[in-house]
Amino acid sequence: MSEIRMQIDGNEVQTKEGMTVLEAARGAGIPIPTLCHHDELQPFGGCRLCIVEVEADGGKNIIASCVHQAEDGLVINTRSDKIDRIRKSILELLLAHAPESPPLQELAVEYGADKNKFEQEASFCIHCGLCVRYCAEIKKKHAVGFIDRGIRKEISFLPEIAPAECNDCKECFPLCPTSYLQAAFVLVESLAFPRGKATRA
Amino acid sequence: MTQINSFNELEELRQRIVSERNPDAPCITVCAGTGCLASGSRDVIAAFDREIEARGLEVELGFRATGCHGFCEKGPIVIIDPEEICYLQVTPDDVPEIIEKTIKGTEVIERLLYVDQNTGEKAVHESDIPFYKHQERMVFGANRRIDPRSFEDYLAIGGYQALVKALFEMTPEKVVSEVKDANLRGRGGGGFPAGVKWEIARNAPGKTKYVVVNCDEGDPGAYMDRSLMEGNPYRVLEGLTIGAYAIGSNEGYVYIRQEYPLALENLTAAIEDAKKRGLLGRNILGSGFDFQVKVHRGAGAFVCGEETALLISLEGEVGEPRPRPPYPAIQGLWGKPTIINNVETWANVPLIINGGAAAFAAIGTEGSKGTKIFSLVGKIANTGLVEVPMGISLRDVIYKIGGGIPGGKKFKAVQTGGPSGGCIPEERLDLEVDFDELTKAGSMMGSGGMIVMDEETCMVDVARYFIDFLTDESCGKCVPCREGLRQMHRILTKITEGRGEESDIEILEELAETAREASLCALGKTAPNPFLSTFRYFREEYEAHIKEKKCPALSCRKLVSYYIEPEKCKACLICLKECPAGAIDGAKKTIHIIDQEKCDACGICFEVCPSRFEAVTKISGEPVPPPIPEDQRTVIRKSKQQ
Repeated sequence: MSEIRMQIDGNEVQTKEGMTVLEAARGAGIPIPTLCHHDELQPFGGCRLCIVEVEADGGKNIIASCVHQAEDGLVINTRSDKIDRIRKSILELLLAHAPESPPLQELAVEYGADKNKFEQEASFCIHCGLCVRYCAEIKKKHAVGFIDRGIRKEISFLPEIAPAECNDCKECFPLCPTSYLQAAFVLVESLAFPRGKATRA
Repeated sequence: MTQINSFNELEELRQRIVSERNPDAPCITVCAGTGCLASGSRDVIAAFDREIEARGLEVELGFRATGCHGFCEKGPIVIIDPEEICYLQVTPDDVPEIIEKTIKGTEVIERLLYVDQNTGEKAVHESDIPFYKHQERMVFGANRRIDPRSFEDYLAIGGYQALVKALFEMTPEKVVSEVKDANLRGRGGGGFPAGVKWEIARNAPGKTKYVVVNCDEGDPGAYMDRSLMEGNPYRVLEGLTIGAYAIGSNEGYVYIRQEYPLALENLTAAIEDAKKRGLLGRNILGSGFDFQVKVHRGAGAFVCGEETALLISLEGEVGEPRPRPPYPAIQGLWGKPTIINNVETWANVPLIINGGAAAFAAIGTEGSKGTKIFSLVGKIANTGLVEVPMGISLRDVIYKIGGGIPGGKKFKAVQTGGPSGGCIPEERLDLEVDFDELTKAGSMMGSGGMIVMDEETCMVDVARYFIDFLTDESCGKCVPCREGLRQMHRILTKITEGRGEESDIEILEELAETAREASLCALGKTAPNPFLSTFRYFREEYEAHIKEKKCPALSCRKLVSYYIEPEKCKACLICLKECPAGAIDGAKKTIHIIDQEKCDACGICFEVCPSRFEAVTKISGEPVPPPIPEDQRTVIRKSKQQ
């Protein structure tokens, strides 16, 4: 693996081929916010909070640092008026779902996001997909998945799999930034788990 | 059917087919494209079959059901060769007369000819009709000359000459450079140079490579890929085979929309036929080149037209885009180098190989070469598919070919580029249609949809409509698209319902920037265009909706009131009977009044009020006049007064 040298926020950063821009930045102690990233999981590119600017041909392109491979000679800015503005906008969109989520609240303070910008949504899932991907990639059980698409998309435990797999695992619970996952679990538990197997009476 | 083992055998077969055909013999062609089938061409074809059999004309008279001719507005279309007499809107009842007068005799049936709406002049030949006269149908034109199920027909018009040339006279590198020099840009939306893509895939390491046809056409109102695939599947396969040879691929896929049964049927038949004849499979024409094609049916998601989503769907996963880079040309289907091009792009390839890059590049503009097929729909006199050289003006497409706006209405805008394209206003009608000019105007080429809108179209509502479509079709993976569109749709709906606030515009612009800059795929990045382009050119309409609660086009239901002008109402009872809300009060000889509380602005009274009265008017942005006093509601007829 060859060495890669990049410039992030004016700092010389070294990394290895195959690393993403996000990994390179965090490795050098430069923070970039994320909601759908997890070190043990494949990059997802869903929340888009990790966007950064890449200087190219006199202009600036916006890329998602969690999925963009580190390349030799990249010049990257992790903050700018525009990046901050878009991050604020993304946060406001998500706060309409989960206004009380601790990681969202923390970021809202940093980026000045207004949690009441948009009308409160019924579902408090932010679709980070951590539960779905953890169950599929690490546990290889596929007990929780996405259903439907677009604005109707939701996570759901699969009644065919969850009763057999979930009671002894629940490793996805602490990953959820909003506790929507637990709500979805209670739903499938009460609907599909055999009597007596449910953890709750 | 015997296998064709060499290019000599193919040429011999071609010569034999051509020599057996008399170009001067009469031949009837009926369009059996989707548009004409919908307007009844199946019955016309059956009527011709019966008539030809009854009169024993099977030998002397050629007959062919073909793919789409393009002039769908006037279907079913019948053309009689060799004179190219063109009959429009033919019914089964016309068939015996056509055989009797035009085939047996030499008489042209006047009532079936095209009539120019402005001059009243009739056109006998296809090429005299303005709709066709200003087109350049290099790709689409072949549809009318072949039965899509007939390999012989395709050979007879020069089919597979390009493949022979590529396989036996050109190296793969030469094929790539020819397509590159022709500057063939992707017809499916992105406009990326196909040759560049091919070169990257050719040079990418790895033995296994794939070629893919994107036939997941999903833009509302667009059907050019469908019509090409239905009408000329061999040509798409020929182009694909050439592409496979060029990049060193032995396996291709056609990803075809579930909703295109006829295209699927004709394509599958062509693949099976080409396999039996040795034009697909092992050692094609004895060249040593192997290539096979498989068909995959989409499941109805618009986003699968996006290349990365399409490839993932082809692999059997949920069709959601994945980030690029890596680009499919390097890491595509199952991680292998893959070129994916749209149907029309593939159909252009034989043309480039046959005529050479220079001839292809001689047509068009600096940055966009060749022709483009557009589907011209909406408020336009001649609905249909048109193929025009790049660089033609929008005005020529809409007025010379499209015949302008019907019903004496005024042109307002043309929406190009599919749902995430943009609306182009009157003052920009002289722009030269090509990839770059459309982008500069805030729209895009897309796959070639052109929806014409007249003065009765509300541009805010148009933006709402397309954002609604995209909200529904977003895959939901990334926040800027999923959540951004949800909110944009909500705000636009609010504005069209008269609940808009001045701060809404700022929020829309903010959400547009977020989606454009931060979305994962092209669907999300271009999704704000319907808002951005209508706001750029029709800002005053947004302001009227928000500030004056007025819809200038008198189209938004929640902002329009209906009012019966007392001095015009003749108390004819028609609107009163038709009103589904029971909102109209009146009686014989009693002037009708609309109860604004009950009225839900469906507009039926406006439509049914006889044109000699025109008593019902639409009002927006101003108060409805109070109803006239009860004692003045008696209709006094002038004749009786005298």
